[in-house]
Amino acid sequence: MTQNPSALDPKKSFQGLILTLQTFWARQGAVVLQPYDMEVGAGTFHPATTLRSLGKKPWKAAYVQPSRRPKDGRYGENPNRLQHYYQFQVILKPSPDNLQDLYLQSLAAIGVDSALHDIRFVEDDWESPTLGAWGLGWECWCDGMEVSQFTYFQQVAGVECSPVSGELTYGLERLAMYVQGVENVYDLNFNGLEGDARISYGDVFLQAEQEYSRHNFEAADVKKLFGDFDRAEAECKALLAFGERGDEKHLMVLPAYDQCVKASHAFNLLDARGVISVTERQSYILRVRELAKACGAAWMKTDGAGLNG
Amino acid sequence: MSDLLLELFSEEIPARMQAQAAADLKKLVTDALVERGLLYEAATSFATPRRLTLHIVGLPPSQPDQREEKKGPRVGAPEAAVAGFLKSAGFSSLDEARIDTDKKGGQFYVAVIEKKGAPTLDVLAEILPAVVKNFPWPKSMRWGAASAEVNPLRWVRPLHAIVATFGPETEEPDIVPFEVGGIKAGNVTYGHRFMAPAAIQVRRFDDYVSKLYDAKVVLDPARRRDIILHDCKDLAFAQGLELVEDEGLLHEVAGLVEWPVVLMGEFDAGFLDIPGEVIRATIRANQKCFVLRDPATGGLANKFLLVSNVLATDGGKAIAAGNGRVVRARLSDALYFWQTDQGPLPDFSASGKPPLDQRLEKLRALNIVFHAKLGTQGERIDRIIALARELAPKVGADPDKAARAAELAKADLVTEVVGEFPETQGLMGRRYAELQGEDAEVAAAIEEHYKPQGPTDRIPNAPVSVAVALADKLDTLVGFWAIDEKPTGSKDPFALRRAALGVIRLILENRLRFALRGTILATHHLVENQFAELNTQREEAGQRVESFVSPVRIADDLLSFFADRLKIDLRDRGARHDLLDAVFALGEDDLVLIVRRIEALDAFLKTEDGTSLLAGYKRAANILKAEEKKDGAGAFEAAPSADLLAEAEEKALFVAMETATAEADAALKAENFEAAMQALSKLRAPVDAFFDKVTVNAENPELRRNRLSLLAHLRRAIHLVADFSKIGG
Ligand SMILES: Nc1ncnc2c1ncn2[C@@H]1O[C@H](COP(=O)(O)OP(=O)(O)O)[C@@H](O)[C@H]1O
Ligand SMILES: [Mg+2]
Repeated sequence: MTQNPSALDPKKSFQGLILTLQTFWARQGAVVLQPYDMEVGAGTFHPATTLRSLGKKPWKAAYVQPSRRPKDGRYGENPNRLQHYYQFQVILKPSPDNLQDLYLQSLAAIGVDSALHDIRFVEDDWESPTLGAWGLGWECWCDGMEVSQFTYFQQVAGVECSPVSGELTYGLERLAMYVQGVENVYDLNFNGLEGDARISYGDVFLQAEQEYSRHNFEAADVKKLFGDFDRAEAECKALLAFGERGDEKHLMVLPAYDQCVKASHAFNLLDARGVISVTERQSYILRVRELAKACGAAWMKTDGAGLNG
Repeated sequence: MSDLLLELFSEEIPARMQAQAAADLKKLVTDALVERGLLYEAATSFATPRRLTLHIVGLPPSQPDQREEKKGPRVGAPEAAVAGFLKSAGFSSLDEARIDTDKKGGQFYVAVIEKKGAPTLDVLAEILPAVVKNFPWPKSMRWGAASAEVNPLRWVRPLHAIVATFGPETEEPDIVPFEVGGIKAGNVTYGHRFMAPAAIQVRRFDDYVSKLYDAKVVLDPARRRDIILHDCKDLAFAQGLELVEDEGLLHEVAGLVEWPVVLMGEFDAGFLDIPGEVIRATIRANQKCFVLRDPATGGLANKFLLVSNVLATDGGKAIAAGNGRVVRARLSDALYFWQTDQGPLPDFSASGKPPLDQRLEKLRALNIVFHAKLGTQGERIDRIIALARELAPKVGADPDKAARAAELAKADLVTEVVGEFPETQGLMGRRYAELQGEDAEVAAAIEEHYKPQGPTDRIPNAPVSVAVALADKLDTLVGFWAIDEKPTGSKDPFALRRAALGVIRLILENRLRFALRGTILATHHLVENQFAELNTQREEAGQRVESFVSPVRIADDLLSFFADRLKIDLRDRGARHDLLDAVFALGEDDLVLIVRRIEALDAFLKTEDGTSLLAGYKRAANILKAEEKKDGAGAFEAAPSADLLAEAEEKALFVAMETATAEADAALKAENFEAAMQALSKLRAPVDAFFDKVTVNAENPELRRNRLSLLAHLRRAIHLVADFSKIGG
């Protein structure tokens, strides 16, 4: 097979864009991880962010995270809103002084020319009520399109961040639409090839978007989901209790945290199905938050948080 | 005289906080200076997305010297007293003190302490870091490695550099020597993030502003707004379109750019099927762009204006195209919401009812709590339906239509469009109602029942709209009064003052005639009945709701709340405060009559008859007051006896009063206040004559009492029209 440079070009292929970002952040000293193998609403839920942002230990990581937003399903008919999309997540602890510059350099690396485009930092204080987390920052706009979220974490899982981490979340499809100059996400060139060899984003994901939109809004089994939520909640608590050894090191945070993630996803699906009333909504969010907080507190009693230096 | 230039350079400051932050910066620094004896000529502050800047002109080079004289002990006082004096004055021996002689010839020590004023530069070095550390941002944050330390510097976003120079115009200024959060003040700032990011050395405000301008930063937000507005209008005009002006948006976008460049974008004309308000809300809320009107159609055009922050190398083509793409995506979302709302609702379509009714069912099924003590939205809707039906005949509306409008009034709260753009509530309900073929008056009432929102909002006058608007507001007011959650001071979380003013304006503007007390009691009756019914269902759940306040107290209290609102409203429109009090003292609860009475009174008091009747009244009232002190309150309230009238003038007054009161009474019954006042004005001559000729405090106690009774009778007669005692001279 002959080599095709377009396959890696961030301006010509979706995968090239991902690889370029990975390379960029690897050069900045980040560990490049792979996606977390669970259904999550955002890269923030990856334990490499939620849990690793807690405690004093410095940490730099970058990874792609498939993100599921059941409510954002549009049956494949919206040009830039998907119920399953890719986030590129960067977490740097402590936040470096030149984080904005690094972010802009990374955009330049994937071909966003700041002499041609209007890049803006627009106030958007990030808050995840389910994670018991908040931070201050911006939505980053490119020609009016929100392409990233930029946050200085102040609190995560109910724990004050000390030191503060900087989090960058790139919306990969939207960025790719920019650099490739396409109007519709499904027209993105995925592999950078042309002619018969060309694979578009639609080739890979359109059917999935249609089927999952149907699933999220019409078919997801509500009764089962309520059950999933309750079971995940119970298991999270049980696992935390299992790993708890008083003041000593906690022995089972990560598996417990997985259950918290599960409960959160069940809640998102129920929400998309429109079966959670406004009042109940609050109480579900609180229940997930309690789990997240308990996991955060447990994490603080582990080496990962720098318990023993 | 010297000037200060201060710039705090940070990462992007939220647009909505910039103006307040600039104002705070100015106030904090100037207050601190004045407090330290440093007066200045002028101070101005500015904000851009990345900097807060303060310029203070005309500061002295140092604080004024201070001279203080401290009186000490007499000469020859005990050693302890002398030692204390030396210590407090900071002297080492008595030689440094002056000796004064008092009037009696005694000698005592005086310490003259002179404190040289500190150089302003030093004072600034002390003030500025404190201002930065304690800056009142509505939300602030920690960042970087320092965030793990105790008490790190907090700022709205990471702070990067500080410029602080101070000096007279003629010389090279000094850098104010201070450091805060590891940042040393200096004379270096930076230009536009993309177009001129290099470091810039500045000296003072003048070169600072012009160097920034050269580096593509317009410092003054007012100037940025002017540029934006002007360019928007120009671009619109060139296309034969009109800008839909939006002051709030203008302020916001001026806070998002340092170098405004207005560009025009476009979207597919097919999206113009979406209601204009939704298009505008979408483009405004999500994209912060202005929409344009096509004067030919009166509707929106398929173009919009965006404000970018860069002069792009391609003249902005890519930027306009990119924004157009996002607007299209947003509008396709809006279109999706708008169409979804017109279709059946998955779990509620079985009833076969029209779409908006299905939303209403969902709203009820969701059991959305309106207020913990006042039940759910669904329960509230039931009350509003009943109340609208009851009010309908009083305002000339068809009761069935009023009830139907009330039923659907809140259904749009669960539509997709309103969920996305809450500001379109009411309007969307109206649109969806029209689409499902509701009566035009019903559809209009769905939108208008929220009105009037503020003092300048339009007041509905279609009867069905008025009925539902009143029902909605009265239910809220009576409900909150029943659970005793009234507004206090600046706290009015449920906007009850606005609701009360809304009721008042609906009534006055539509000249609605009804006794408010009765309506309040009727509303309360509905609330109470519903509570009782609900309580039987909720007993076990321990969620009893009930009215804690007796109906009569609610009515009294709420009426005086209305009275206060009405007074404020009338006063704002120029009515005399004392006349308001004079009429309100009567306890009337028909607002239309109250206002008419005030108007008549105002006109009457401008006539000569009016002023002299008032003078006569005051004279009578003063005498009565003095005599009542002796004889006790109410001592003269018995009717005067005709037999005891001695002088011709008092007889005349007595007779005149009989006719005047009868006439005034009849006029009042006919609600003719002018005539009532006219009738009373005939008392003017007899009253004047009475005071001229008759001695009220006669020797004969019987005569005295009768004359005082005559005056009390006069007072009562005049009070039929208004409480004249409240009227100023
Ligand atoms: N439904 C979606 N489809 C495609 N891209 C999306 C979607 N939602 C968000 N994004 C992109 O992902 C980025 C991060 O999403 P955001 O909602 O801000 O993340 P978070 O929930 O982590 O704050 C956004 O800036 C946007 O570019
Ligand atoms: Mg976001």
